Amino acid sequence: MSEKSGGDIFLRGVWEENPVLIQILGLCPTLAVTNTVENAIAMALATAFVLVGSSGLVSLVRKLIPDQVRISAYILIIATFVTVVDLLMAAVAPSVSKALGPFVPLIVVNCMILGRAEAFASKNPFFPSILDAAGTASGFAVALLMMGGVRELLGSGSLLGLHVLPGSWEPWVIMILPPGGFLTLGVILMGLSWWWGRGQKADETARPRRWPHGVREPEERAA
Amino acid sequence: MSAGGPAGTGRGADDGMPAQPSSSRLVGTLGLLSVVAGVFIVLVHAWAQPRIEAHQREELRLAIEEVLGEPQRYETRWIRDGRLLDSLPAGADSSAASPVYAGFDANGRLVGYAIPGQRSGYQDVVRLIFGYDPDHGKVLGMKVLESKETPGLGAKITSDSAFIHGFDGVETPIEGVKHPARDAHQVDMITGATISSTTVISIINERLDAVGPVLANAGTRPAGAAGAPGPRAAGQATRGGDR
Repeated sequence: MSEKSGGDIFLRGVWEENPVLIQILGLCPTLAVTNTVENAIAMALATAFVLVGSSGLVSLVRKLIPDQVRISAYILIIATFVTVVDLLMAAVAPSVSKALGPFVPLIVVNCMILGRAEAFASKNPFFPSILDAAGTASGFAVALLMMGGVRELLGSGSLLGLHVLPGSWEPWVIMILPPGGFLTLGVILMGLSWWWGRGQKADETARPRRWPHGVREPEERAA
Repeated sequence: MSAGGPAGTGRGADDGMPAQPSSSRLVGTLGLLSVVAGVFIVLVHAWAQPRIEAHQREELRLAIEEVLGEPQRYETRWIRDGRLLDSLPAGADSSAASPVYAGFDANGRLVGYAIPGQRSGYQDVVRLIFGYDPDHGKVLGMKVLESKETPGLGAKITSDSAFIHGFDGVETPIEGVKHPARDAHQVDMITGATISSTTVISIINERLDAVGPVLANAGTRPAGAAGAPGPRAAGQATRGGDR
């Protein structure tokens, strides 16, 4: 593990190794609950709670858990946090909890969370693990907000429930239906891919500048 | 042990540990973790459950008041074996009975009944509650409590105010139409959401087939000491000229 400052660990998850936009992880909630900004915010907060909580706890107990059962143990920890956040949301924000429906329990299987637990928290002390999880959670939130903003604006003509486009705007209903999620994500990824690829030769534009932390280069893998 | 193994991970904990921990250690670790997780969830559940139930009661109360047009108060009644009961006998099986909510105005007179109902819609079960005035055979109002209909199309049954208010004062049985409703029995359906609209109408008609006669026979039975069944003030919820 290279020595990195806390800020670097945090920012890496937000942008360079953004879980959705670079690693293409956690797409189920990204596509499913981003039809309004409000849902996107709620999903981002719920996931952040689970991600930071479980990464912190995994880091604290990492020396107590035998390797052979570590995945089961991580899933158990993650599932506990998800159950708690599901109950808390139903108790505190029933309308949001209703809107997110089955996607809150499904945070358990968000590979982004198990990914951070296995790739970082299980090998690092408490505070770096928290920072790493918070960075990934922020990166997830950035991606969800981009998706939610575009889809709510085009699909309902509003942002956060407030009508911002003129009444003559005919909402693109498809944007708040599942196909709209795929279209929006595709266009966003295409735009980012172009942006990262500026000034590079044609054969280098197809992938980001750097592979996510811990992932080997394709040539290396082939070798 | 697959995928690299502990050697490559640089974990300090492996130093004092045997290469292959005993099964009891593995089971014990997971068992202990499960117990801790279980206790934690039980604690949170104990805190959250009363609040979740309070939200559900509040939601039901608001819905009843909305579909009965802000009654002074309402009481829960039960329909069981074709009879309207003030309360279920102690120990009775509540699954065999269905609740209706009787709303009363400031003078203690019956305004109508709020009746819950449900049925499969386009995607999932649609659950709604509607107000019914048995004396005039009219629906007083309708509110969808739960639906997962298509956003932007079928979901309009919860948000399209023209559709929702189309049920205020409509006579039963209700007929859904695609042109402007002309008859007092007719309700305009939502364009592009025929199945969802029809579902709402069917729920109301089906529930009224089942409980309408029971409620009509029960008449205007007062909650307290108010008068016997008879003609009531006709000033409420009638649409002039509809008949």
